[in-house]
Amino acid sequence: MSLSREEIAERLAGAGYIADPDLATAIALMQLLQRPLLLEGEAGVGKTEVAKALAEVHHTKLIRLQCYEGLDQSAALYEWNYQRQLLAIQASHGKAAAEIEDQIFSEKYLLERPLLAAIRQPAPPVLLIDEVDRADEEFESFLLELLSDFQVSIPELGTIAAISIPHVVLTSNATRELSDALRRRCLYHYVDYPDVDREARIVMARIPAAGATLSLQIARMVEAIRKEDLRKVPGVAETLDWAAALVGLDVRDLVDAPEVVHETMMCLLKTREDKARMPREVTERLLRHVA
Amino acid sequence: MSARAMAFGGGDAAARLIAEKLAAFLRTLRDNHFAVGLREGQDAARIIAAGYAARPNALRAAFKHLLCTRKSDWDKFDGLFDAFWLGQRVRSRSMISNAAQPANIPSLKTLQEKPADEGRQAATDQLSGPGDAPDNRAGEGRAEGASKAEGLDDVDFRKMTDPAQIEQAHAVAARLARAMRTRLTRRDLARRRGRGLHLRRTIHRNVSHGGAFISLVKRRRKPRPLRLVILLDASGSMSLYTGVFLRFIHGVLDEFREAEALLFHTRLAHVSDAMKEKDAARALDRLAMMAQGAGGGTKIGESLQTFNRSHASRVIHSRTCVMIVSDGYETGDAALLGIEMAALARRCRRIVWLNPMIGWEGYAPEARGIKAALPYMDLYAPAHTLNSLAALEPYLAGL
Repeated sequence: MSLSREEIAERLAGAGYIADPDLATAIALMQLLQRPLLLEGEAGVGKTEVAKALAEVHHTKLIRLQCYEGLDQSAALYEWNYQRQLLAIQASHGKAAAEIEDQIFSEKYLLERPLLAAIRQPAPPVLLIDEVDRADEEFESFLLELLSDFQVSIPELGTIAAISIPHVVLTSNATRELSDALRRRCLYHYVDYPDVDREARIVMARIPAAGATLSLQIARMVEAIRKEDLRKVPGVAETLDWAAALVGLDVRDLVDAPEVVHETMMCLLKTREDKARMPREVTERLLRHVA
Repeated sequence: MSARAMAFGGGDAAARLIAEKLAAFLRTLRDNHFAVGLREGQDAARIIAAGYAARPNALRAAFKHLLCTRKSDWDKFDGLFDAFWLGQRVRSRSMISNAAQPANIPSLKTLQEKPADEGRQAATDQLSGPGDAPDNRAGEGRAEGASKAEGLDDVDFRKMTDPAQIEQAHAVAARLARAMRTRLTRRDLARRRGRGLHLRRTIHRNVSHGGAFISLVKRRRKPRPLRLVILLDASGSMSLYTGVFLRFIHGVLDEFREAEALLFHTRLAHVSDAMKEKDAARALDRLAMMAQGAGGGTKIGESLQTFNRSHASRVIHSRTCVMIVSDGYETGDAALLGIEMAALARRCRRIVWLNPMIGWEGYAPEARGIKAALPYMDLYAPAHTLNSLAALEPYLAGL
């Protein structure tokens, strides 16, 4: 089942994901070349959302592996079910060691973790490896091996080949430089903050109560705030929070409610310094700009 | 010839032309520091075969996803693509790049940043006249020329005069960095005991005992090396010391698994990549080029601000020790330095400030910069002799 770019763009829109026009190309190429897709971008631009939308496009399951420092194979790939193994050992007293070994190292005692689960699905799922830059380098090289062969060797059991090849999406925040080998294996897509028009459409799609005028104003305001000298630039998720807050407070037009706008800034500004950098006067100046 | 004609032109000749053209494009990208290999070439051909070449926009988007591997590639790809495939004189350009001289194309030249090439040029510049380092070149360039010396452990670096002995001092600095790493790692292993049981290994080992746990395997703590981030002041006032510290940094980067180095004067430069050159002399040459334009002043506060903004999130984690090597003569805003030091102190485990001037007789921390920064330092130590550098090691090992 291979989709054309147009179909993909259509399905993305159908899934409520307002995509960057290039993204459809990236997804089409993932199918054509069987390569994983590496998404990079600032925190909060919607990298994880891409994977969710991709699962919608393919009408398939999303399996997510959240990376963190110290992530190892037993949390990412598979683990033996030790409790059951211990029980089995106790229960089969008197049998030959080899026999017990055969028994407790069978698939019945194997716990699937996301990576193993992803290659054992009957239909190809979307495998999201989130924030891969947080994992250690060792894990990265292990991942490299998995992504090229799509098979897993378990010493006690032998090699498990993939039943279906998943659509792999990796995301990175650049807290650590990824290795060139991993980068080369992947298609690359840089996710930027959406432009005003696209952000307004995202707000409208997610918070229908916001309406066209308010959505556009919100998008313009957020764009202006992003240009200010901030430590933590608000992402799309913050925009949506803010829009929801404004809608909840019955704001129809930002210009009419400068007080509320200033007081709800906490949805966008997440550090004390940033809050200090955006006093009432600045909010009002930006508001005049937006109107 | 347009992309459309390429896609639909039949016959072997056309296919060969496409392949040649594609190869030329990949070479252009490689000249621009794209990591493009054989597999990418094959996949690019598959993309063309799949009909993407019919529209330039589709082909550009497809190639962009395939051939870029990082943000910097992503940003300059469109320009390169357009210049190569859609430019007015595409044919002559591709011939030039066939001759592997893409830098001669004016439109491409403006698009590409070529640090490595410039590095090579800078290296040859220096080799042609090693004795006459220009005086207006502060930072590394001048330091190389000025810091000639004598190699005893307790001699102040600035009093070293004999070229052979400064070479010796540099070698000792590099060796010291190496020794630090080895010892740090070993102590780490000796101190930490394993914690819980490693069930998987334990079961494995005890299957032959019928499941009775006779020998237990403990889970080992993974050795987590300390990350060292060095910020070196390369301003005019430090020029007598930069040479030795650069060698020290080179040794550290070479030996520590996790280390980063940044250089600052009036602005900040990330030099880890340049310094990872195995050959110390070549690394210094590459650096001399990067340090160009360094003025006499030091804006420590501003440099730290840049560091906190753009580098800290990538470079610093909870086991990071930041080592600042500077005399603390701030020509910018001392208050800003205080603020940025506070921000840095919140992020990293330790801040070590090495000041070569502490070793001077009658020195007191009077400089405005030092006064502002002093409350946030975990260690403020001299670093004017090899011995004083060596004295740091136990401190670092204890972190």
